[in-house]
Amino acid sequence: MSSVIFAIDPMLEGNVLWTPLLIVLVKVLLVFVVGLVATMLMVWFERKVIAGMQNRVGPNKAGPWGILQTLADGIKLFFKEDLIPERSDRFMFRLAPYLALVPAFLAFAIIPLGGDFRDGKGGLVTLFGHQTRLQLADPPVGVLFALAISSIAVYGIMLAGWSSGSKYPLLGAVRASAQMVSYEAALGLSLGAVLLVSGTLSTAGIVNMQSSIGNWNIVATGFVPFVIFLIAATAELNRPPFDLVEAEQELVGGFNTEYSSIRFALFFLAEFMNTVTMSALIVTLFFGGPQPISIGSTTLDIPFIPNAIEGTVWLLLKVLVFLYMYVWFRATLPRFRYDQLMDLGWKILIPGSLGWFMLLAAQRVGRDAGWDQIVVTSVTALVLIGGYGLLLAAQRVSRVNREKDGASF
Amino acid sequence: MELFVFVVAAAMVLAGALGVVTRSNPVHAAMSLVLTLFGIAVMFVSHNAHFLAAVQVIVYAGAIVVLFLFVIMLLGVDKAEDLSVEPITNQRPLAAIIGVGISAIVIAAIISSRAGLGASGEGVNETTIDSPDANIRQLARVIFSDNVFAFEITSVLLLVAVVGTVVMARKNKSVGIGK
Repeated sequence: MSSVIFAIDPMLEGNVLWTPLLIVLVKVLLVFVVGLVATMLMVWFERKVIAGMQNRVGPNKAGPWGILQTLADGIKLFFKEDLIPERSDRFMFRLAPYLALVPAFLAFAIIPLGGDFRDGKGGLVTLFGHQTRLQLADPPVGVLFALAISSIAVYGIMLAGWSSGSKYPLLGAVRASAQMVSYEAALGLSLGAVLLVSGTLSTAGIVNMQSSIGNWNIVATGFVPFVIFLIAATAELNRPPFDLVEAEQELVGGFNTEYSSIRFALFFLAEFMNTVTMSALIVTLFFGGPQPISIGSTTLDIPFIPNAIEGTVWLLLKVLVFLYMYVWFRATLPRFRYDQLMDLGWKILIPGSLGWFMLLAAQRVGRDAGWDQIVVTSVTALVLIGGYGLLLAAQRVSRVNREKDGASF
Repeated sequence: MELFVFVVAAAMVLAGALGVVTRSNPVHAAMSLVLTLFGIAVMFVSHNAHFLAAVQVIVYAGAIVVLFLFVIMLLGVDKAEDLSVEPITNQRPLAAIIGVGISAIVIAAIISSRAGLGASGEGVNETTIDSPDANIRQLARVIFSDNVFAFEITSVLLLVAVVGTVVMARKNKSVGIGK
């Protein structure tokens, strides 16, 4: 049964021919290379932009504008001595970098990288007589695949910190696991709003629904899920201002303190790869992915480029905005304190995303039942405000109880 | 092909399960558990139950075992256990008897119900390019219509468990810090 092995790509069900197999192989290779090159350029981009923001020059020796600096760094790391601490757990110490790297690459597989979504074509392009999408895989679980992968990514960091057999990496790993598990809930709940509006899990389907700016999920879901998703994604990536996992001032270097040489490079690669993937995911979920910008029926068309390639250009432009934003965050925002991090995650983001999800669901039920939208919205909003008031009261009571017990926090 | 996937997944599940029991280091045992859970997810995928596979990975591998590891690291019990010491006397012979008994019951149940195994129910919808969500729609309809009471009761049970844990873990006020 050949459909089992290709179950992840429904395009191939039925007969296994050489052409579709070749297309899949080319796609795998392409996604791998695109991922690596994008990561390389992202590292350079981040260093260059931060340098600009801090009135420095930044990397400028290797290649034009120092664009090959990351390549040089990678080669240097490759030839450095690989140290394994004596008190480490050798098997886990060796395994951890791959547990960080593989999910980073896998998550990239479900991003629609281009294609023509106009005129109801649904992103399908014809390659060698076969209709296919410009994305490695469109699994039936769609976006849930990205969630599953991001929940696996925490293992790499946790095991790296634990297996080092050293205190600071362990502290970094404990922080990482608590932070990533906490924010994953907010990430998944804000994703729920997108799925509710789109009515599908498939990434290609979600992109297909967002044909003009009015249909973009950032508008359709009412902006709040986007903000929550963005904050939760930043925390999930362990990027500033949520980089407590590798707070250099407190933990030497965080979970990767004991790593050197190529193993350290793999962690570094995975981190930046995840940033690129998460930016692409945000664009896919909220900003129409490879869809061109169009208001109403007028579409902003890039001249002289065929529509099938134009999608990739739009995706690139949109992703660049978010990559720049992540760099901007890092250059400007101070790091959160640990209790602030947990307060934000558990007391604001999770109740907020849950409440917003209920509001959207109530509106949808009201529309199906033919109720007055204004009444439905205001009643739901009142209920939610009441619920939030109860939550605040509960927090106040527990704070008073804690202080009575003599706790100082 | 189906047989090949089954053999690989079954090997993963069994190797992981053996690892959980035999590894003396708790972290290694937890990682073996992850291997088992992944094997089960692969089996779900090979039976076209993609949603269950995703949920299996998100909930079990992504949240529950991470919590196990978190507790192991936080409590510092990540030292290798000495497996030659028995904390409860006669633990091993008892475990062997119970294990054999449970296997016998399971095998008896399978043999006695073998007639029913051939019959096929409605099954999960094969997902196609036109409706990749058919699988999930079907599952949602069953959970939120026929079994909605069981579903809601389960969520209440979980809530009770959470509240109960908090109540039991709270320190007695009279023996609080600094008193």
